[in-house]
Amino acid sequence: MAEEKPEFWRWQESNWVNPEIDWTKAEFITVGIDVGSVSSQAVIMADGEVYAYGNMRTGSDSPSSAENVLKFALDATNNMPRERINYAIGTGYGRVNIPFSDRTVTEIACHARGAHYIYGNQVRTVLDVGGQDIKVIRCDDKGKVTNFLMNDKCAAGTGRGMEVFADLLSVPIGAVGDRSFEIGAEPRPVSSMCVVYAKSEATGLLRKGWKVNEVLAAYCSAMSERIYFLLERVGVEAEFAVTGGLAKNRGVIDRLKKRIGMEPMKTKWDTQIAGAVGAALFGYALCRKGKGRHR
Amino acid sequence: MITAGIDCGAKYTKAVILEDGQIVSRSLALTGFDQSEAVKQALEKALNDAGISRNQVTAVGGTGSGIRLISDTDVEVNDVKAIAAAANLFFPNSHTVADVGAEHGRAAKVDEAGNVVDFAINEKCAAGTGAFIEAMARALETPLEQIGALALTSDKSIPMNAQCTIFAESEVVGLIHAGTPKADISKAIHDAIASRIVSMIRRIGVNPDIVIVGGVAQNPGFLDAVRRELGVDHLFVPDQPEYAAAVGAAVVAAKEGK
Repeated sequence: MAEEKPEFWRWQESNWVNPEIDWTKAEFITVGIDVGSVSSQAVIMADGEVYAYGNMRTGSDSPSSAENVLKFALDATNNMPRERINYAIGTGYGRVNIPFSDRTVTEIACHARGAHYIYGNQVRTVLDVGGQDIKVIRCDDKGKVTNFLMNDKCAAGTGRGMEVFADLLSVPIGAVGDRSFEIGAEPRPVSSMCVVYAKSEATGLLRKGWKVNEVLAAYCSAMSERIYFLLERVGVEAEFAVTGGLAKNRGVIDRLKKRIGMEPMKTKWDTQIAGAVGAALFGYALCRKGKGRHR
Repeated sequence: MITAGIDCGAKYTKAVILEDGQIVSRSLALTGFDQSEAVKQALEKALNDAGISRNQVTAVGGTGSGIRLISDTDVEVNDVKAIAAAANLFFPNSHTVADVGAEHGRAAKVDEAGNVVDFAINEKCAAGTGAFIEAMARALETPLEQIGALALTSDKSIPMNAQCTIFAESEVVGLIHAGTPKADISKAIHDAIASRIVSMIRRIGVNPDIVIVGGVAQNPGFLDAVRRELGVDHLFVPDQPEYAAAVGAAVVAAKEGK
């Protein structure tokens, strides 16, 4: 039998329900599905309020990932049948391949709208760091996009890059942030931009006697630099909010906030669901215009 | 006159002994983490193989990403200058040379005398370098030495969406899961890296004859993809193309050494 290698990149999948919401009393149930390159989320909303969600890793194809994550979210609900859904909107990298969605909306629009819900209407700049891209979105007080910039060509600065490092250094991805601060003096950032080269640079640093935590700090620091330059190009207007999986990594975010001199907004919500929340809200707006499925 | 050329690359260090424009010996050492040791080893072996002692050598030319740390050289030769000089020595009619190594891609426009007229360099991104093919070979679980030949057995064109090596890895895994034959994936991989190199060549202009050197020039799948992408009938590849930069360094050392 092959020996199982621990998967240090693997983050915690989760589903959740708001027990105070009674779906049977809702006029419109809308669903937002965000199929990303690395993670997928399904958010179920009852009249524009988050009722339940699921967050899991994207599988080998978009249709089954969308199906699985919706089931995962439905599992959390109080036996809500899927026939009850009035509108489903797909977003994210795999959005065109979601079999049960009524329409698709771009992830830029969904993230702005979702961040507006999650963080409130003071948010003007949204940084979304996902598995395979970085988006900087400027929006108005309605959560409408006014400008944006995206990098989806290069793994530098993305969650995937961080996963590669967690694996290389055998550090569980959820522990990267804290461990990157368990160091003496802050090391200089890893100098290679490309993740492939950064990996060989890191191996070289370890051979030179650097501690794992120091290498983590050097990579987190390089990643925050990379994100900072992207933010600079669009300009950061307060309030500033971060969505996506990387919002959970304080190794990058705390270093970034020092660099931009601005505190990111805080939330009780899982930052990974922003895109799906936005999609479900677009669905709710359509239902209110009478475009929902018949019950 | 006898000169030596050393190319301290990201993966291998190459040394060449050149006597009056003829290569007398070549040797190779893994660069590893100790560049000066690799340089010493490669040079000593090349000298031994040629039966030449160090003091018979008029000048040692050094090039490559690791060479700045080495004190063993007399002439420090710029990487682009080295490949231009090598292309000119191997193929006097050449006007474009592209060099693809483990962690770099370079292209140079060369004049009749082997001088650089214009150039383009990529050493920031692994797409378009040997590291890309290495990563893809790992994902395909195919030995690096076989992956190029495997591509030649396919006549399908599957476009790769990802340019980034890290993303391309996931894409290759996706293609494997979808049941795509390995040969077709291998061709897609080589087409992808060729398009990076060809876009670099186009930036400086396609000026025949086109010479391809560097370790990746040993890969037949890569050469075929570049040839198709450029739309030319023939590419000029020297024997043992991985030594080209070292040869160029020795040529420049002969011109500029004391």
